[in-house]
Amino acid sequence: MQFFLEVLIGGLLAGVMYSLVALGFVLIYKASGVFNFAQGAMVFFAALTFVGLQEKFGLPFGVTLALSLAAMVVLGVLTERIVLRPLVNQPQITLFMATIGLTFFIEGLAQLIWGTEVRRLDLGIQDEPIEALMERFNILVSRFDVAAALVAGVLVAVLAVFFNKTRIGRALRAVADDHQAAMAVGIPLKQIWAIVWSVAGFVALVAGLLWGARNGVQFALTFVALKALPVLILGGFESILGAIVGGLIIGASEKLAEVYLGPMIGGGIEGWFAYIMALLFLLVRPEGLFGEKHIDRV
Amino acid sequence: MTASAAASPATSPQGEVLLAVNNIEVIYDHVILVLKGVSLALPRGRIVALLGGNGAGKTTTLKAVSNLLASERGEVTKGSIEFKGERIDRLNPSELVKRGVVQVMEGRHCFQHLTVEENLLTGAFTRSASRGEIKADLERVYAFFPRLKVRRASQSGYTSGGEQQMTAIGRALMARPTTILLDEPSMGLAPQVVEEIFEIVRDLNAREGVSFLLAEQNTMVALRYADYGYILENGRIVMDGDAESLRSNQDVKEFYLGLSSAGRKSFRDAKHYRRRKRWLA
Ligand SMILES: Nc1ncnc2c1ncn2[C@@H]1O[C@H](COP(=O)(O)OP(=O)(O)OP(=O)(O)O)[C@@H](O)[C@H]1O
Ligand SMILES: [Mg+2]
Repeated sequence: MQFFLEVLIGGLLAGVMYSLVALGFVLIYKASGVFNFAQGAMVFFAALTFVGLQEKFGLPFGVTLALSLAAMVVLGVLTERIVLRPLVNQPQITLFMATIGLTFFIEGLAQLIWGTEVRRLDLGIQDEPIEALMERFNILVSRFDVAAALVAGVLVAVLAVFFNKTRIGRALRAVADDHQAAMAVGIPLKQIWAIVWSVAGFVALVAGLLWGARNGVQFALTFVALKALPVLILGGFESILGAIVGGLIIGASEKLAEVYLGPMIGGGIEGWFAYIMALLFLLVRPEGLFGEKHIDRV
Repeated sequence: MTASAAASPATSPQGEVLLAVNNIEVIYDHVILVLKGVSLALPRGRIVALLGGNGAGKTTTLKAVSNLLASERGEVTKGSIEFKGERIDRLNPSELVKRGVVQVMEGRHCFQHLTVEENLLTGAFTRSASRGEIKADLERVYAFFPRLKVRRASQSGYTSGGEQQMTAIGRALMARPTTILLDEPSMGLAPQVVEEIFEIVRDLNAREGVSFLLAEQNTMVALRYADYGYILENGRIVMDGDAESLRSNQDVKEFYLGLSSAGRKSFRDAKHYRRRKRWLA
């Protein structure tokens, strides 16, 4: 039982990190209907920029963070302006292809600027068990995982307030609901899209730092983004809540599968289990757990 | 002479012109010519109706004014549009809203997943007003539409068609406009609800001095509330005049009001109209 709990908690906490990446997809998809394949590359770019700046200038953490955020905002705004704006009114598949191209460009750009070697990213939180939990319940829970979950929790709360309580957040949701009507009431779409891309850049930065600190900042970070796909299929492409719950489910179930099914089938389940789950889920509930209900009445 | 004399194109609505559309031509997708020289005037404080059947070009005309054509690959290729004497053809919709011209789109287009009140609040996006002012304006809208106050916390997508139309108009009001371009407010609503909406439009016009350019297929109702009317057919204005004179015009009666004993035919078949058209050609 203890072992089960340990695996479950570890899985859930890992899932939080998937949720973070998925969140970036959801934001852009909701506001502009673009499935931004480049979100993973943005995570990589963000992490690499952060360590790169840190190595080069050795500035305090806060300053480096602010500079990285600025870089992400610039990247987001440029992407919107140079890649997506000229393609407005084009079919979805065109936009999707454009973001695939963008992926390779961002990955290349990041490595061009900062080099290709794997780097260590130290956030000052150790990836070791929390002693109190170990002594009292005999459960191993990583301090780092808990910290990451907390950060993710705060981020989600901030986003929720931003979307629901602020004038800009409301405008973002309005644009997501109906472009035309948003324009008719005077909401400037271009500005809104720039904001959405900036927020997505911010989320990518947080995800990049956490993933980078855990696994090292390396090209493989971009593959993490692929894990966001099953998360999105499970949670629904349009739902922030879905991204979170989907991430938790995927994280927990793949760890459990690895531990309990692994010995029977042979190891390495963690690598593909999420995709199988997503596939099965697609058959049952294609709109995802929290996919927006399309309100049909007129 | 028949009543069409009263509706000669030489007349135009009385009063200081707020919005003037001068001989515009609109093309969609670079090739589809939809408006073929439309001119009309909206005087300050008036309700002017733009009438015509399906596909006549009413919506296109309103969108040309509010600059919403670009997102539909439409373009004004000739003519000009002036608001308070200044050209507004090149402004984006957001700038136009700031100047006081807001469109309420055909089919209401409420933000379905936002609550009624959130919908209203989006209407104030372009204003840099204080919280207090916005709050006061919300109450002002609720005073015109008491039903919205009751439904303020409901998701807009689940409210009735009439309530959505009210939300759409209320949302436009939150921008504190001087001019509202109202596209087909009667669409899909029960006659009673249509009456209710039009009463509120008249109220807004009388008490707040909002001018309305009103596109309608429902000629009968529109002419009861409007001061002046233009009839659009196939991308051209084929007749215009005081609401009064249009209502008593034989052709309009026969075709649009369906009062003819012979039943509804094409407007083109109406005799007076054919004669008129020859004069205009
Ligand atoms: N985006 C578009 N691309 C191409 N053609 C269009 C477009 N929008 C409208 N049209 C055409 O322009 C003509 C006028 O359309 P419009 O919507 O302005 O008519 P309407 O008078 O508002 O009609 P309704 O009463 O049905 O709303 C129609 O023939 C329509 O097919
Ligand atoms: Mg129309």
